[in-house]
Amino acid sequence: MKFQSQSAAMPYFIFALALFVGQIVFGLIIGLQYVVGDFLFPEIPFNVARMVHTNLLIVWLLFGFMGAAYYLVPEEAETELYSTKLAWILFWVFAAAGTLTIIGYLAVPYATLAKITGNDLLPTMGREFLEMPTITKIGVVVVALGFLFNIGMTMLKGRKTAINIVLMTGLVGLAVFFLFAFYNPINLAIDKYFWWWVVHLWVEGVWELIMGSILAFVLIKVTGVDREVIEKWLYIIIAMALISGIIGTGHHYFWIGPPEYWHYLGSIFSAIEPIPFFMMTVFAFNMVSRRRREHPNRAATLWALGCAVMAFLGAGVWGFLHTLAPVNYYTHGTQVTAAHGHMAFYGAYVMIVITMISYAMPVMRGRPNGNSRQAQTVEMWSFWLMTIAMVFITLFLTAAGILQIWMQRIPESGQALSFMATQDNIALFYWLREISGVVFFIGLLTYLASFFVKGDPVEIAEK
Amino acid sequence: MAERFTKSMARNIYLGGSTFFILLFLGLTFDTMQAMPERDNRENLTESVANGKMLWEENNCLGCHSLFGEGAYFAPELGNVYDRRGMGNDEAFVGFIKAWMNAMPTNVPGRRQMPQFNLNDQELEDLAAFLKYANGINTNGWPPNIEG
Repeated sequence: MKFQSQSAAMPYFIFALALFVGQIVFGLIIGLQYVVGDFLFPEIPFNVARMVHTNLLIVWLLFGFMGAAYYLVPEEAETELYSTKLAWILFWVFAAAGTLTIIGYLAVPYATLAKITGNDLLPTMGREFLEMPTITKIGVVVVALGFLFNIGMTMLKGRKTAINIVLMTGLVGLAVFFLFAFYNPINLAIDKYFWWWVVHLWVEGVWELIMGSILAFVLIKVTGVDREVIEKWLYIIIAMALISGIIGTGHHYFWIGPPEYWHYLGSIFSAIEPIPFFMMTVFAFNMVSRRRREHPNRAATLWALGCAVMAFLGAGVWGFLHTLAPVNYYTHGTQVTAAHGHMAFYGAYVMIVITMISYAMPVMRGRPNGNSRQAQTVEMWSFWLMTIAMVFITLFLTAAGILQIWMQRIPESGQALSFMATQDNIALFYWLREISGVVFFIGLLTYLASFFVKGDPVEIAEK
Repeated sequence: MAERFTKSMARNIYLGGSTFFILLFLGLTFDTMQAMPERDNRENLTESVANGKMLWEENNCLGCHSLFGEGAYFAPELGNVYDRRGMGNDEAFVGFIKAWMNAMPTNVPGRRQMPQFNLNDQELEDLAAFLKYANGINTNGWPPNIEG
């Protein structure tokens, strides 16, 4: 570790992984509720478990991004973090707020939670992915401001690299677009229109900048390829991400009220949304094949390559599959959407955070060359278990979605099966998804176990 | 990539491209907002609808159901439930909502369960008003059929 203050990343990574475990446990619960409808009812109804599943995902990824920034920015800027103390204080504030919110979801009915947190004063709750109480949302803003201040001051006093600047733009964008979470008009169509400014402009916009810069950073470290080359790629990739992604928001405006011209705009621009992901894959493989050294942390390289491939498949290919308006007319809001969501989030954001952890954690634990061979072997097992399980989850949900469309959406009114009758007919695929989910969980436990594997230290080998 | 293609050119594409598309997006948003009064059924936004939307949110209905295809996919789409269950008739729809909500949960073993939210008669009428209002928004002909 070049700078002492980079260790501020450590608690963020550890807490992120703890929340990841929680996310998957609740994923298994709701997966089972799909087929055993009354499982854990009325203690944990589906909506509560699902809220915990998705909110834990968002929060642990945010922890991961923050940890990545605390590690990456000082090293890029070649200076100590502006304030390690502030990083720690914000860690505890965010961790406490997050934990209390989850306890709130589980301990009291959601309506009670809304009441005791003053949702009637400033209603923001109860919209997908924005279920957290208003006071938690305000807390997130406070933490984000403190975090951006800390990172920004660090950058100002140090070297300004493209990686740092792109990461910073991504993080500022993340904070700015989150402010739309506070806008909740009574007019449902307008509510939904701007709700996407948080949700889409996060995951198909500014988060891609964060992802690109983390990937570029890790690739510089593990390949030793010239920074100029990598940064040029980074700019082109994120340029494509924003050029396609901003108007690409239109693919969410097909059926929620806005005018019909969004069908064309949304379809055209989302057809080019896979390009930046494809470029990312080419970029990662290109850099690794041009590498100047064989970095001993091969697990980190594997995660980086896997991330690029899975992001392309999940966000790029599975996104494109149902993004054209005439197709989306049938697939919208079916299990096809769920299939895409699972692989895209895993491929793009889960894997980029793990890539960063895989590279940075050994360094922070005093192993600059990476973990021992034995530990890396276990870690690579976890990579394949989780990744293959996610491929199967996606395939089974896609199959469920196609059948759902076939039975419920395509036939005329009167001929079509009802939603619940359709669900009964595709239960087999939900069972298969659940089994894949268990394998994913085993993969996650394997990943955690790799942190505790001892073994012989590894040596640097120049290529 | 040719060597003549420099990093600063790449950066300019990024800055120029994203600025252009952000401005275009803002322009399109402005245009959409001009078109919305004709499409979003705002003339039927009453106090009862507003309260219904609040109840919809504060009971996290979207955690199981979808509305215009967004939300969870565990329970039926409700953007067109007024047509599906009320068959376009106010009284029938309010009657249906009250009967349905009060009968929950069904407690049929193995079936998906909807919690009992203990809403009073007025609240159930507000919720029905909200779903009726949602049903009136122009969604470009979605969903494909009555089943949502």
